[in-house]
Amino acid sequence: MANTAHLEAHATGHTAHDHHTPTGWRRWVFSTNHKDIGIMYLVFAIISGVVGGLLSGAMRLELQEPGIQIFHGLAAMAYGVEGDAALDAGKHMFNVFVSAHALIMVFFTVMPATMGGFANYFAPLMIGAPDTAFPRINNIAFWLLPPALLLTVMSMFFEGPSGALGFGGGWTAYPPLATSGHPGPATDFVIFSLHVAGISSILGAINLITTILNMRAPGMTLHKMPLFAWSVLVTAFLLLLALPVLAGAITMMLTDRNFGTTFFAPEGGGDPILYQHLFWFFGHPEVYIMILPGFGIISHIVATFSRKPVFGYMAMAYAMVAIGFVGFVVWAHHMYTTGLSLDVQRYFVAATMVIAVPTGVKIFSWIATMWGGSITFRTPMLWAIGFIFLFTVGGVTGVVLANAGADRALHDTYYVVAHFHYVLSLGAVFSIFAGWYYWFPKMFGYMYSEFLGKLHFWVMFIGVNLIFFPQHFLGLAGMPRRYVDYPDAFALWNRVSSIGYYITFVAMVIFFYATWEAVRKKRLAGDNPWGDGATTLEWTLSSPPPFHQFSTLPRIDSKDAH
Amino acid sequence: MPQKSPSFSLGASRQNLSIRGYIVTGQFFKKMGAIAATALALLPSMASAQEIGAVGRGHPEPGQFHLQESVTPIMDSIVAFHDGILMWTISLIVLLVLALLVVIVVRFNAKANPVPARFTHNTLVEIIWTVVPILVLVVIAIPSFGVLSDQMTIPDGERKYLGANVFSMGEVDVPAPTLTVKASGEQWYWNYEYVDQGVAFDSNMLNDDEIAALKPGQPRLLAVNNELVVPVNTTVRMQITASPSGVIHAFAVPSFGIKVDAVPGRLNETWFNSRETGMFYGQCSELCGKDHAFMPIGVRVVTAEEFETFIAAFEESRDYTVAVATLPAL
Repeated sequence: MANTAHLEAHATGHTAHDHHTPTGWRRWVFSTNHKDIGIMYLVFAIISGVVGGLLSGAMRLELQEPGIQIFHGLAAMAYGVEGDAALDAGKHMFNVFVSAHALIMVFFTVMPATMGGFANYFAPLMIGAPDTAFPRINNIAFWLLPPALLLTVMSMFFEGPSGALGFGGGWTAYPPLATSGHPGPATDFVIFSLHVAGISSILGAINLITTILNMRAPGMTLHKMPLFAWSVLVTAFLLLLALPVLAGAITMMLTDRNFGTTFFAPEGGGDPILYQHLFWFFGHPEVYIMILPGFGIISHIVATFSRKPVFGYMAMAYAMVAIGFVGFVVWAHHMYTTGLSLDVQRYFVAATMVIAVPTGVKIFSWIATMWGGSITFRTPMLWAIGFIFLFTVGGVTGVVLANAGADRALHDTYYVVAHFHYVLSLGAVFSIFAGWYYWFPKMFGYMYSEFLGKLHFWVMFIGVNLIFFPQHFLGLAGMPRRYVDYPDAFALWNRVSSIGYYITFVAMVIFFYATWEAVRKKRLAGDNPWGDGATTLEWTLSSPPPFHQFSTLPRIDSKDAH
Repeated sequence: MPQKSPSFSLGASRQNLSIRGYIVTGQFFKKMGAIAATALALLPSMASAQEIGAVGRGHPEPGQFHLQESVTPIMDSIVAFHDGILMWTISLIVLLVLALLVVIVVRFNAKANPVPARFTHNTLVEIIWTVVPILVLVVIAIPSFGVLSDQMTIPDGERKYLGANVFSMGEVDVPAPTLTVKASGEQWYWNYEYVDQGVAFDSNMLNDDEIAALKPGQPRLLAVNNELVVPVNTTVRMQITASPSGVIHAFAVPSFGIKVDAVPGRLNETWFNSRETGMFYGQCSELCGKDHAFMPIGVRVVTAEEFETFIAAFEESRDYTVAVATLPAL
């Protein structure tokens, strides 16, 4: 009886729901709609990106000249300390900024933008699904992120090391610096933040895996699925398998810190290096989590603007699977200097270099997709070509670092900083901007200004290269990472790098202006602004798509290309 | 004699001027880089042209964009491997991708090629771009494993080391270690112990005023009050750890090609054998707290005779300042 009543109530509610789309704050806060949630993720990522970008701005200002110029003043302003105390607080504050910049960019900018925003919005559209499999989980997954971000930001205002505020142990949070080196609660805030963000990502991953495996439109087999959906599927599995390991590691750290366990404390028989193994077992797949959705986005953009199908579809899909798989067995290449034995280092050298092969397949397949094409260089295509080139630069320095013998000279230097910013800041972020301009007309229904989009690209391209290319030189010459001050010999390339930051800052101003301009001018985009090269299902819908799409499921003809 | 100020000229005696040597030792990249950097230096307010492109020995030079100069067989192999193989490989790959992209932009834009091709497969090229990278990686892996094995194997006096010829089976003789030094990372300074002699001392960074007063002319953030003194042409076994109640640091000296984490509760090991006397600096290379940037490593390589006098005085007095007074002033 109760059951029947419930079912009837549900049925009625459902009918009402179909006729009224929610409005006002209810539409967003209670949202179970994958597109609205996707937009919220993107807005969240942009806000976090601004915070993370400003943090790096403070760092680049500090590093523009040898000596400490900014941070003792910042510390004096923020904490009300004077003189030598301000200098000490400032040095620690720099480490806090380094840590917060990384955490915010990794967990609250790149991941929400790709796996939150684009994956939520476009994976269901591309596979012809009305929504994701678990819309309420989708809602929870999003709404866990703002408190997680808040916890990270709050950690900056609680005691870390005795007498200093904030967590300054880097995003890697190696013990004992993160345990006995930071007795105050700041680290616990960071740990809790990562727990919450991790739950969010795991829930999101479960939702996306289930959606992609079960809700593809009739006729859309896995091997006909668009590559972006493939990239999301692989990434979601990486999230599902990697994040619990991080959660375990930081939980052990939490009990080490608060409940007297000694998992990572040598005085109790524990091992600080154990944490590093656990962290990087998560951390290495994590870097592929950040870049794989970008691979998917780039494939679509390259095919669309070349007016040519993706070259080597199967190789492209399985290269991502291979990268994801091998990504789990290379973690200790982050740890060559910790005292690993010769045989262990040999294994990780060999395994790491293997990753270059599927990555090379992807680069060459993108080039082959463009080869013979009839290419229009619209803004998304500029970002995609920029991505291919810059990701290649970041990829080859990864091959250098894979060799433990060469890494001995480069480990923990600016060479590493340059490498991972080329694949992430210039790789993942360029793919996000590529996706933003590619799907902007679809998501908002308006066309951005080609002039402003291209201006954004060129200014940013020059700016980020100026930031990060000289950092290779600094690393080769021996400048260690995470340094608030450096020997005077490193002044030149640091100054060039800081100038690059200011140019990038201008690029971000152009980005916000371009977005504002597009929304204000209201140039209607139409269903498909990109022409016959755009073949995936989202372009068959209106722009923006209806609140609920595909009430009649699309049928995928067996003859359809990917 | 310890060099008061080591020379940093590119025309050092060991450099092989044959064409093959020119390429393999990375002279090509140094020259190319010097040209590029000189062009950059023409920009106002940057730096003077002659400042850029220098290669520091024992410390970085202004505007340096290259590994520091090697004074050990290990760093010889790292420099040869990096400059002779890795830089060539990655530069050619990047240029190949760039060239392909340029061709695409020129030939396959919508104006030049209004009708797109429809091909989506070409088994032959797919096999080529899978197999060729594998071959390239194998070619890289052979010297890579050799360089790595050298680093991780403490000399026994018989094993041959690669040195600058990373494709050899080993041609450099290295004597077995005769001196053992334990370096312990503290927050935020280094403690060095001559293990067999049982004497130890702390090494702290000098601030600007102290440099001006005690060691004028030494580089800021690198100069230390008490340098680790070791003899030239001697294999030194380094044991590296950190204070048991402290945090992880990393002991690194770029010109020696060594970098080892200093982990509480662990005793890591490495070795070096410097063929040059002089001052060699490194910096802590693992985030260790607020003064991470302010705990440099200063190694002073002296002649064997000077070291004998130094260590004898140190053992007798158990006082570093007495021992270091036997050495010529820096």
